[in-house]
Amino acid sequence: MNKDKHKKYYQSLTRNMILTAIIVSFTPMLLVICILLQQFRVSYHEKTYAHLSELVQKHKQNIDSFLNEKLANIRFLAVNNSLETLNDNEFLQEKLSTLRRDYGNVFVDLGIVDEKGVQLAYAGPYGLENAEYSDADWFKKARRIDSFISDVFLGLRGYPHFIVAVKKNEAGRDFLVRATIDFMAFNSLVQNLRVGKTGYAFILNREGAFQTNPAMEYQPSHRGYEFFWTAVEKTKNKILITRWQDDVGMENLYAVGSLKDGQWLLIVKQLTADAFSDLKRMFNIAVIIFLIGGLGIVVMAFYTSRRMVRRIRRADQDKENMNEQIIETGKMASIGELAAGIAHEINNPVAIMVEEAGWIGDLLEEEEFAQGENLEEFNRALKQINTQGKRCKEITHKLLSFARKTDATLKDVQLNDIVTEIVSLSAQMAKYNKVSIETQLQKTLPYITISPSEMQQVLLNLINNALDAMEKTGGTIQVSTKISEVEAEHIVIIVEDDGPGIPEANLLRIFDPFFTTKPVGKGTGLGLSICYGIINKMGGKIDVHSTIGKGTRFRIWIPIQK
Amino acid sequence: MTTPYIMLVDDEVPFVETMSKRLVKRGLKVIAADSGNDALVKLDQDSKVDVIILDVKMPGMDGIETLQEIKKRHPIKEVIMLTGHATVETAIEGMKLGAFDYLMKPCDLDILMSKVQEAFKKKHEHESKIDKARIDKLVLTRGY
Repeated sequence: MNKDKHKKYYQSLTRNMILTAIIVSFTPMLLVICILLQQFRVSYHEKTYAHLSELVQKHKQNIDSFLNEKLANIRFLAVNNSLETLNDNEFLQEKLSTLRRDYGNVFVDLGIVDEKGVQLAYAGPYGLENAEYSDADWFKKARRIDSFISDVFLGLRGYPHFIVAVKKNEAGRDFLVRATIDFMAFNSLVQNLRVGKTGYAFILNREGAFQTNPAMEYQPSHRGYEFFWTAVEKTKNKILITRWQDDVGMENLYAVGSLKDGQWLLIVKQLTADAFSDLKRMFNIAVIIFLIGGLGIVVMAFYTSRRMVRRIRRADQDKENMNEQIIETGKMASIGELAAGIAHEINNPVAIMVEEAGWIGDLLEEEEFAQGENLEEFNRALKQINTQGKRCKEITHKLLSFARKTDATLKDVQLNDIVTEIVSLSAQMAKYNKVSIETQLQKTLPYITISPSEMQQVLLNLINNALDAMEKTGGTIQVSTKISEVEAEHIVIIVEDDGPGIPEANLLRIFDPFFTTKPVGKGTGLGLSICYGIINKMGGKIDVHSTIGKGTRFRIWIPIQK
Repeated sequence: MTTPYIMLVDDEVPFVETMSKRLVKRGLKVIAADSGNDALVKLDQDSKVDVIILDVKMPGMDGIETLQEIKKRHPIKEVIMLTGHATVETAIEGMKLGAFDYLMKPCDLDILMSKVQEAFKKKHEHESKIDKARIDKLVLTRGY
């Protein structure tokens, strides 16, 4: 139940961490990508539009000036020559040659047409003298105004061309000076205008008919181009840029400018997809980066969150264990204090009882009791009281030494002094066990800062253990100190006995708390684990080597502080 | 060598009384005191005490303080510490301050007796040395 709750807690913790990590990482990335893309899109659109607009504007001017120039040539011809001069094939031929020399093959032919539409004179490749133009569309329009540029038409020869005509009035009669402009020359002005992969230009007249050969245009619907006309008229001679879906459903970008005083439209058309292909590529790159980054974020979020939750879980577990240990330790400490109190209180009465019993024993030795019937029994009872008193003493002694708090205050001490003290303290006990304690102390040991009582406890424990081990056999305990050769900046204390040794199976557990090989009631199993704890706390270490039948050697390394 | 003159110091009066009786029965001369102060006062009045058996834990002036005071006033007298609970620290402290030895309560009377005898012997030797030194000094000054 509890475990289930824990599992759920860690699961939701993992989920929250993953979500937070993902949201926190994704939001700025998404924002940055969107904002940058949007900015890029806007500025790219502006740039594209500006480019197209400029292109159309420039070509519009080019074409307009081309047309005006041709018109001016013809006007010059009409104004500066009398009809008589003009009405001469040879003169016209000469003028045509001059024009062709100056402007290339733009001018195809020259002709003089009278008011009835009959061509009076002609110079050019087609031999059109006396040709009849009275029904021609251009003729009807040109008669009404001073100068005229026609739309492109197929004309009498079935070949696309357009006509530039200037009206001349002489002796009350109107004449037209007309020139045919080569369509191909004009067409090249526009046809060479290409934008990107799909962009091209063309010119339309009012009727929506092509005035140039478009690179790849199929006939557009009138509906579409009517829109351009109205839009261009509204913008008043400015370049119109718009998007429009053409008849096959492709969206195109159109840049439109008016030509020839609003009679023609110059249109540059480009597929939107082509115009904005860089944008599209940019967008694709952004999407790829976003996807890869996103994948990375998600993977990392999962990975790190799980790892962190695992760590938190372990830390929680450790904390819980620690708490249990602390509670346990606290319990032990209070039991210890209680035990110490009881032991102390009991000790004195027991001492008095034993003394009283001893006194009775003393008195029994006097003569009047010596013949007593129950003297034997009295002595036995007193001996028993004495024995039990001693037992009490042992119990209280153990309780007290178990509960005793060692003084942990640090002092600068000479380790050899402590060793000497403890050895002399244990010497008496050793004598009973037929054990001799030898010391071999290096005299030049530096002072170290440790708790002397703790060090005493450690040494006493080790020596007592050795004494216990050699209780039956007797032997030698060798205690030595020196500067360690193995560990730099350490003093090593070696307590070595030649007792029975410790079996290998026990060696591993020797520092475990409550591990003891002594009979029940004799050992607590705490001695070496306390030693281990104390040495650890000092920043040192302790190890043990033992050979069965040869003896045991404990080594303690204590760091030398600078 | 005469019989040792013992002073027993403990706040537990029944203990002191019984102990006194037992020691007297074994031929010792015994005087009792029930606190550190009492002990010091009685020592000042009666300078013949050889060995003092001193309980470590007493209300008021405790065993260690009493020991220090005794050693200050009567350095030649030997003190045996008696502790209810033998901690290494108090034992070591007592020995450092000049106690002859320490014993744990309740103690075997025979061991106590032998310790008392040892202490008395030591004190006696000290006294003999001091006397000898005095005589030597006297001899030197007199110029014999």
